[in-house]
Amino acid sequence: MIDVINAAALLGNFLVIPGLTYGSQLALGALGVTLVYSVLRFSNFAHGETMAFGAMLTILVTWGLQALGVSIQPLPTALLALPFGIIGTIAFTLLIDRSVYAYHRQRKASPVVFLIVSIGVMFVMGGLIRFIIGPNDQIFFDGARFIISARDFKRMTGLEEGLAIRMTQAVTILTAIVIVILLFWFLNHTRTGKSMRAYSDNENLALLSGINPQRVVMITWILVATLATIAGTLYGLDKSFKPFVYMQLLLPIFASAIVGGVGNPLGAIAGGYVIAFSELILTFAYKKVIQYLTPDGIEIESLMQILGTDYKIAVSFIILVIVLVVRPTGLFQGKTL
Amino acid sequence: MKKLAYAVTAACLASTMAFAGGHAKTVKIGIALGFTGPAESLAEPMARGAELAIKEVNASGALLDSAKIEIVRADSTCVDASAAAAAAERLVSSERVDSVIGGLCSGATISMLQNVAMPKGIVLFSPSATSPALSTLEDNGFFFRASPSDARQGQVIAEILMEKGHKSIAMTYTNNDYGKGLADSIQTNFEAAGGKVTINTPHEDGKGDYGAEVGALAQAGGDILVVVGYLDQGGKGIIQSALDAGAFERFFLPDAMIGDSLVQAIGPDLNGAIGSVPGTDSDGAVTFANLAKADGFESGPYSPESYDAAALTLLAMQAANSKDSKVFKDKVFEVANAPGEKIFPGELAKGLNILKNGGQIDYVGATAVELIGGGESAGSYREILIKDGQITTVGYR
Repeated sequence: MIDVINAAALLGNFLVIPGLTYGSQLALGALGVTLVYSVLRFSNFAHGETMAFGAMLTILVTWGLQALGVSIQPLPTALLALPFGIIGTIAFTLLIDRSVYAYHRQRKASPVVFLIVSIGVMFVMGGLIRFIIGPNDQIFFDGARFIISARDFKRMTGLEEGLAIRMTQAVTILTAIVIVILLFWFLNHTRTGKSMRAYSDNENLALLSGINPQRVVMITWILVATLATIAGTLYGLDKSFKPFVYMQLLLPIFASAIVGGVGNPLGAIAGGYVIAFSELILTFAYKKVIQYLTPDGIEIESLMQILGTDYKIAVSFIILVIVLVVRPTGLFQGKTL
Repeated sequence: MKKLAYAVTAACLASTMAFAGGHAKTVKIGIALGFTGPAESLAEPMARGAELAIKEVNASGALLDSAKIEIVRADSTCVDASAAAAAAERLVSSERVDSVIGGLCSGATISMLQNVAMPKGIVLFSPSATSPALSTLEDNGFFFRASPSDARQGQVIAEILMEKGHKSIAMTYTNNDYGKGLADSIQTNFEAAGGKVTINTPHEDGKGDYGAEVGALAQAGGDILVVVGYLDQGGKGIIQSALDAGAFERFFLPDAMIGDSLVQAIGPDLNGAIGSVPGTDSDGAVTFANLAKADGFESGPYSPESYDAAALTLLAMQAANSKDSKVFKDKVFEVANAPGEKIFPGELAKGLNILKNGGQIDYVGATAVELIGGGESAGSYREILIKDGQITTVGYR
């Protein structure tokens, strides 16, 4: 029996908790992508850089607060700085919309044009971020590192395997849950949210019933900037902030959105967790788990690993391809691309 | 026959040009190190080390016909082979340097050697490229290094691990020439000594999350985790992630993981980690550290080697009485090894004068450098222990 608990702790430590954390980060990112896709009708490639931009602003404010001696121990100071980062990012995205996307919207440009424009925006933002904060790693985490460290867990339970829960992991998962609940409440129960959904379902009908398109676009960008800043900051807190990493995140985020069904917020969340857990489950080495679950005396030589960890990023690609071939609308009926 | 005539003419032209070049009033030295990339925190103190030797020679005025040395810096990066070749190309073709000190990482160095230094006939003297591949690579005598091959470091690390009583190790290496070379060397030596390597797996630099890699390492298990990576990159991520998950508590840090930035980033959890870095207890090391302090910088990993690389280049020029790489490359061994008067850091002027008068020197320098094989340091290592947030020296071997 104790072996089963050990195996469970092991899986919890290396699979479940990291998977939930990573999945939450992907889900928040994918929600932003999916909102842009359903309301503004294009794939926003600048989303990764928007996340990095929001995280960067939050970091700058965090440093300011730290210099002033403000802190909310044991929680990281960055949570306090988050609202400022969000406001800054909203202002920046609205500026980009006015100066870049508005023109193409007025000309009723095709989604492909928007997509290419967003790649341009991605490069401009990337340059700006590297210009302001540089290309290097920035560590801005403070506060308590662990809720339970592996060592404490072993001492408390007497188990052989530790189960560590980091503060950032708990904060990430809880924040993601709160944000998702708020977002769904907003979309389903407020007048503005309903008008957004109407606009997304059928633009012309929505216009006929008196919905102001400019307002819908503005609200969408505000939501997207908020989600991106939160996702970016949480990812940076949990791992570390490095601009390049955010560009790499774009692939798993798009994979999440497409797997769940592009344009469907519920799908984006499910997709985030599917991608995160697939990456981890397929590249995890099960040697010790199997040793715990098999009778004593069986010596396992191999690592019992399905794929090397190098192939993690390939997993997103493979799932993406399978979904596009087998079920192009995604798990939850989204729009086909 | 016609071809032969051309060849002879070309050879004559080349040699007269070399002769003319040998007595010019300025010597240009390129310093191509990885100022950006995964080992960037090492690059600046290394460049300062090399420049310190050059400054010293400049002040003495004893090089060749009291020639002045000009320094040109270039960024060889660490992992980008094409950027390294481009940097070397710029140094050789447009800056027209006479010799290059560099590069920092093995992959970049191999690229610079094969694409530029060897075809153009320029001596490349690396302070820190340690891949065993560079020992066997064809270099026509144009490549030297002031650091030992990792084949040697692998032996030393296996010895240390065995002496500390670690019977099984888990190992991860940065996926490049340096990482693979050193990890394979450690594995061979450790297994030969009767130890067990539970896993030997690569990691990529520049990722945000190393949880999956650490997961695999943790499953394989082992007494200690050997992290053959870079302190500013994946190496740091692996250690942080291993500590967070409670997977490993003891770490072994090879040369590219030794640096203050790692100790600061990880904090007290790193205490008790052991490591190795090229170094020696010879008087030269202390003298160099003091010279560095007087020059306004702190000697870091490989800055003594950088000083020696620059010093040996200049001393070989003096011995050959020519700044032409094709000529002085044959003199490097002569000035580096016995017999002759021993030359320590700060005594470069003395060495230059002895050579000018036809005498012989045995350059000891900051790292007690002794060239062997195809032109690499025989190598002595400093055993390191991280204690109370400080990098401390346990001993030398």
